[in-house]
Amino acid sequence: MGQQGPILSVEHVSKEFYGNVVLNDVCFELKAGEILGLVGENGAGKTTLMRILFGMPVIAETGGYKGRICLDGQEVRFSSPFDALDSGIGMVHQEFSLIPGFTTTENIVLNRESMRPSILNDVFGDRMSVLDRPDMRKRAEAAIAKLGVKLDPDLLISEMPVGHKQFTEIAREITRTKTRILVLDEPTAVLTESEAEVLLAALRNIAKLGIAIIFISHRLREVVDVADRVVVLRDGLAIKDLPVAGVSVRDIASWMVGRTVAADAVAGGEGREFGDELLKVEGLWVDMPGETVRDVSFSVRKGEILGFGGLAGQGKLGIPNGIMGLYPAGGSVGLRGKGVPLDSPRAALEAGMAFVSEDRRGVGLLLDESLDWNIAFTAMQVQGAYLRPILGGLFKIRDEAGMRKLTEEYVGALDIKCTSPKQKAKELSGGNQQKICLAKAFAVKPDLLFVSEPTRGIDVGAKKLVLDTLHRYNREYGTTIVMVSSELEELRAICDRIAIVDEGRIAGILPPTAELPEFGLLMSGLAARNAREAVNA
Amino acid sequence: MSGKKSLGRFLTENAVVILFLLITIAAIPSSGLSIQYILQEMITRLGRNTFLVLALILPIYAGMGLNFGMTLGAMSGQLGLILAINFNVGGVEGLAFAALLGTPVSVLMGYICGSVLNKAKGREMVTGYMLAFFINGIYQLVILYMMGAIFPIRSPAILLSRGYGIRNTLNLEGVRQSLDNLLMLRLGGYALPLATFIVIAVLCAFVIWFKKTKLGQDMRAVGHDMTVAESAGVPVDRTRIIAIIISTVLACYGQIIFLQNMGNMATYNAHDQTSFFAVAAILVGGASVKKASIPNVFIGVILLHVLFVVTPRAGQNLFGSAMIGEYFRQFIGYGVIALSLVLYAWRARKDALRAREGLRRASIAAAPEGAAK
Ligand SMILES: Nc1ncnc2c1ncn2[C@@H]1O[C@H](COP(=O)(O)OP(=O)(O)OP(=O)(O)O)[C@@H](O)[C@H]1O
Ligand SMILES: [Mg+2]
Repeated sequence: MGQQGPILSVEHVSKEFYGNVVLNDVCFELKAGEILGLVGENGAGKTTLMRILFGMPVIAETGGYKGRICLDGQEVRFSSPFDALDSGIGMVHQEFSLIPGFTTTENIVLNRESMRPSILNDVFGDRMSVLDRPDMRKRAEAAIAKLGVKLDPDLLISEMPVGHKQFTEIAREITRTKTRILVLDEPTAVLTESEAEVLLAALRNIAKLGIAIIFISHRLREVVDVADRVVVLRDGLAIKDLPVAGVSVRDIASWMVGRTVAADAVAGGEGREFGDELLKVEGLWVDMPGETVRDVSFSVRKGEILGFGGLAGQGKLGIPNGIMGLYPAGGSVGLRGKGVPLDSPRAALEAGMAFVSEDRRGVGLLLDESLDWNIAFTAMQVQGAYLRPILGGLFKIRDEAGMRKLTEEYVGALDIKCTSPKQKAKELSGGNQQKICLAKAFAVKPDLLFVSEPTRGIDVGAKKLVLDTLHRYNREYGTTIVMVSSELEELRAICDRIAIVDEGRIAGILPPTAELPEFGLLMSGLAARNAREAVNA
Repeated sequence: MSGKKSLGRFLTENAVVILFLLITIAAIPSSGLSIQYILQEMITRLGRNTFLVLALILPIYAGMGLNFGMTLGAMSGQLGLILAINFNVGGVEGLAFAALLGTPVSVLMGYICGSVLNKAKGREMVTGYMLAFFINGIYQLVILYMMGAIFPIRSPAILLSRGYGIRNTLNLEGVRQSLDNLLMLRLGGYALPLATFIVIAVLCAFVIWFKKTKLGQDMRAVGHDMTVAESAGVPVDRTRIIAIIISTVLACYGQIIFLQNMGNMATYNAHDQTSFFAVAAILVGGASVKKASIPNVFIGVILLHVLFVVTPRAGQNLFGSAMIGEYFRQFIGYGVIALSLVLYAWRARKDALRAREGLRRASIAAAPEGAAK
């Protein structure tokens, strides 16, 4: 459909936040039914560009933008997202804007419910019409069918897995009859790989209906798979804009960071010597929905990095969540031979364990507070660090200088893009907020650090920094690390041993140097099944 | 284990109802009252109070908590009744007349109340309570000084002897129990005010129907999550104001029904405890700040009033003083509200914990895109 003109053109758009230039003269065009992949490092300005396009009030509040945005050749300047919606731009937000106590159907048709007029209409207007629930359901089902996914129209949002929420949001956007452009900002960051596959297929279906899509992701593989064209943002400049055909993941990655990205260099497991046994877990079960742990026993020695891998939903995420007391759990956990209660996050923290959750939102940041506060917060709460006694110990005040130094250290180590340690957490880009979460856990200087999915939502370049930092902490401070990740490569890069979790149990533990097929065998559950058959035979 | 858990949950969720049931059952024998007497009292009091308590449902539905501002509606109803007496309209026509005059006033009051509450999102209950005090002042001013002085009053019988201002106690002779007696059903020694119950049934039907309308759905959405509703284009503030207006108008009618049953009216403070007892009743019935249903209303009215009927007698029989029962009644009213609110806060915290776990399960997530709101 190359012959018609673009439905959207972004012309010379620039944006600065109080002197900090975030977008600089960005131009690109979008045609009907086209999927555009928008990539760039953390803080490159992707989200900001989409907020401009969608008329988000933050943009106007921070001084507006320069340049033009045209729909069908007409310049538009939205003052609110409602204007954008009216012009046919739909946006799927990162934080779901769904009502948890409503069903899928109710959310999909939210405020666009089907109605039957009632007698009170004449007096009190449309809002006294009665909802036509069967028709609402029919429309919701039609939207779900368009996506080509399976969703229960009557399930409450609060009871569905995250992937389904994502689909519900998308379904809602495409039921708007006007929607011509759909913006998705890191929609797959919260999805498992198989869910992401389904989503990509759904996007292709939507594009076939003539809706143009802007797709933002740090998983470059997906961009290459699904997009027709890719735009690369670097430091606010659109440095590349070209068809995806013939472009490789490696190419995109090097455009993004401005240098060639080396294959992961840190090598794990060089047959190191470790100290005494630090953590001993026996018969652990964890009731974490979707990630049930049934019976897991393992031990970690001091100074070791132990990895947990495995397919999504098999229970690897449940292990740290259970040990840290975030979900109901049972079994025995001993740290240095002393038992740790399983139902108290605070006791776990005080025992010397820290946790970077895979869910940065729930355990989250204090978004309205400054970065140094955020980083030092847990250390201050749990250990009383960064507090200075004054008046002979009568009061304690915050050690501002210490906090500043700490923050600067991590800003450097993790390459956090910010203007100063006093910047508010909410002003950082998504990926940089995650780096703050990591820094926060490091700052506690724990004996044992659990990290769950440490590189989700973090760009290709910074991934290595995060892994390097974990590695360096382990070597320099002797921090013992238990890392859970769905990316095997990442585990192999820094772990000394890798346990593969399958059906809530450890299927086997391998050295990082083991061959890929061996990992594959454990993950597929084949090993377990073979063993079972051997027993049965 | 999970059986024990769900039993525990059932108990905490219905703690107030269960507590009341126990107290009531314990107090009935020592009151020495016959079951028949208690039943008749219940029928009368259900007719008298239910309408008022039903007025609380919609604001709860819209996430605005217990509408202490319903007192404004009660005042409007009283104003209507005063005028009905003034113009000497009696019987059911008198009630209709009072309701007719009360409606525009209570719509205006509801609008004011709703607009104020919109400025105090999250603190609706205490704001409504304070607003009721403020409007009470205006009400007193109008009734005490302006009536007869500025607004001409035709019937000197209702004026204070100084020539302006309404008397402290008004005899509602003309309209006394006119609704109740319209269709009084006598059944095996019981008197059942059928017309009143029909009015209540119609209101229940309206509430049920209303929840199925677009406006009802919008209220629900606003009650669940204002930000999401707003971003979906639901006119949040307007919807909240409508919820309060409906509640205020219903309170106006409710007060009229209440007073016609009582037969006289303490002009200056009949409304003082309207919201207070209505709120206590709905809470006793097992409603919370966030959730209320029609059964909550009926259970609450019955339990609270059985207690009100039996405690003075029980107090007299046990301690030789009916006053103890009177104190007890006040104590219960306040106690119930405090207890339910505390229990609610406690339960909300537990639910939040549970919800957070739900969130954790749900999102294997990236950080929020900070300022996206
Ligand atoms: N409200 C704000 N005030 C000040 N600076 C902001 C604000 N919002 C974003 N920024 C800055 O703008 C830059 C670009 O942020 P943006 O969120 O667009 O990045 P991004 O490309 O989406 O990154 P990520 O991949 O991490 O999500 C960041 O450096 C961020 O600090
Ligand atoms: Mg972003």
